[in-house]
Amino acid sequence: MPTRLTVLAAALMLAGSVHAADKVKVGFVSTLSGPGAGLGVDIRDGFNLAVKQLNGKLGGLPAEVLIADDQQSPDVAKQATDKLLKRDKVDFMTGVVFSNIMLAVGPAVFQNQTFYISANAGPSQYAGEQCNPFFFNVAWQNDNLHEAVGKVVQDKGFKNVMIVTPNYPGGKDAVSGFKRYYKGQTEEMYTKLGQLDYAAELAQIRAAKPDALFFFLPGGMGINFVKQFVASGLSQQTQLFAPGFSADEDVIKAVGAPMMGMFNSSHWAHDMDNAENKRFVAEFEKEYKRLPSLYASQGYDAALMMDAAVRDVKGNLDDKKALQKALEAKRFKSVRGDFKFNSNHYPVQNYYLRAIGKDAQGRVTNKTMGTIFTNHADAYAAQCKMK
Amino acid sequence: MTQLFLEQALNGLQFGLMLFLLAAGLTLVFGIMDCINLAHGSLYMVGAYFVAAAAQAADSFWLGLGVGIAGTAVLGLLLELSLFRQLYRRDHLAQVLATFALILIANETVRLVWGPAPLLLNPPEALAGPVEIAGFFYPAYRLVIIAFGLAVAGLLYLLVAKSRVGMWVRAGASNREMTEALGINVRGLFTAVFVFGAALCALAGGLLGPLLAVQVGMGESVLILAFVVIIIGGIGSIRGALVGALIVGTVDTLGRALLPTLLRALLPADAASTLGPALASILIYLLMAGILFFKPQGLFPARA
Repeated sequence: MPTRLTVLAAALMLAGSVHAADKVKVGFVSTLSGPGAGLGVDIRDGFNLAVKQLNGKLGGLPAEVLIADDQQSPDVAKQATDKLLKRDKVDFMTGVVFSNIMLAVGPAVFQNQTFYISANAGPSQYAGEQCNPFFFNVAWQNDNLHEAVGKVVQDKGFKNVMIVTPNYPGGKDAVSGFKRYYKGQTEEMYTKLGQLDYAAELAQIRAAKPDALFFFLPGGMGINFVKQFVASGLSQQTQLFAPGFSADEDVIKAVGAPMMGMFNSSHWAHDMDNAENKRFVAEFEKEYKRLPSLYASQGYDAALMMDAAVRDVKGNLDDKKALQKALEAKRFKSVRGDFKFNSNHYPVQNYYLRAIGKDAQGRVTNKTMGTIFTNHADAYAAQCKMK
Repeated sequence: MTQLFLEQALNGLQFGLMLFLLAAGLTLVFGIMDCINLAHGSLYMVGAYFVAAAAQAADSFWLGLGVGIAGTAVLGLLLELSLFRQLYRRDHLAQVLATFALILIANETVRLVWGPAPLLLNPPEALAGPVEIAGFFYPAYRLVIIAFGLAVAGLLYLLVAKSRVGMWVRAGASNREMTEALGINVRGLFTAVFVFGAALCALAGGLLGPLLAVQVGMGESVLILAFVVIIIGGIGSIRGALVGALIVGTVDTLGRALLPTLLRALLPADAASTLGPALASILIYLLMAGILFFKPQGLFPARA
């Protein structure tokens, strides 16, 4: 009876595999080329820096980080993810920047019972009804940074706000987040994801004469938008607001001085005063010769989160329930200071107001101005029935 | 209202003229040599990279533009002599395959040389802001682009309609065999047209670089639009390319600007915000289908 024997042997092997793994494999699929490349590169560099500081280990086990470029295409991301799940049998997945890509790769990852630690994309879907035990977001829910800007714009007394955002899930989340806290008049303008020429939109903005403009255009889109906004002379009549995504080091580096005076929101800033952050910023600058962005801090935290969880379960990565508990417990010190996970595996944390100006060394960069929200949770957690 | 209308008209003109620079070379190569060159967009990309790299090295945008255009023209010359000469006599399928391979090679080579992240190309400092004409604001740099586009269109008109070389080109476009029979050096003419097309690509890439982004794959999306332009205008016709480019530029700009507003008046806000941008991006293809329905040869067919 060869068949029964093989089944038995297989069963024995399965039973035998419940012991500590000899290494941790991380599948890192991110946007590393094209206009969104700056974001993926920063997440990758932040992640790699943490692994390097941990001597190439996660939770005491040798770490192997397998990196793939999704070219900002959901199809390419799905193929790369399938390969990492099926052939490389990774223990964790991370890296995706854009929410439409996250929603495309999510189902395959969850079905494979692999933990996804999102270092960026935080779609509302996975925070609410479609929340999943295998999905964690170490950064924020998409709406959060926009909610914070909405609150600021509301408090500053602006009456008529124009919103510019790409037509994709992250953009929709941006609008609903902003409008959750801003109650004045709004007009929304949806652009194509990856659009680079905003001449037609800027002409409309000029005609509409809003007193404030809120734009969510991550990566190269934001760089082009701000440059063209300044070139069109609109900066003299309209106050710009943005979430931290559109006003961090990647955009500042490309646009420079015209960004000074712009307000934006973030859960992290490079001038935050805690020991972990000081070490992170100093070593990031030393390693990569540039200031880290919020994306880099998120990639860094994602690695620390995996490290703590693997250590917690003593390298026993096959016990999914125990690993989930360990991840939920969040036993690492984040560079943004203390935070905890909500029931839907999204952070409950503070959000800060930053303004762009010159620092002591004369560099154009962000400066933290104050706290907008304290221990802020997302609006979808109540709809999540976590298994 | 006048500000909005005038600004959108200028935006449409600017976009249309840049499309014209690309379509002019494409329509000549397609019309005269009967060669489908999918790699035309790659010349645009490589041109933009040459301009960006030269501008960074020389620390001067205008110097970079000149060097980049010259470099791309030389590259075009080498390509024509080595590859395209072999392709003219082959069928369209072979041309599509070979030039598609060129796209892949160009993208990977650019990625190897300059890396996957976009290159930064800034407009000259003096042109970074807006100009104001009697209360009307418009970005100075876009005005310069419009000026370049108009100048090239004028130059091409003189070349094609008034000069002897232009006569050969038109003759070649309407009947290649007869032109050869008349003893005109069609080989040399082909090379000259191809190199000229490559230089126009680099001019468009270099001028648009500071507005858009100098990145891998930038040629493909614009190539599709350039094909739409020459199909609308009529293959082989420079006049058709100009008219087609201006139509596509204006329709695309106005579509993006007006359609969402128009739909919002007719539909609920949620449906309008989904439908508006989607409809705006397919508008030019609807336009192309409409024109082809009434004029299957395009607006100004070169071969009567």
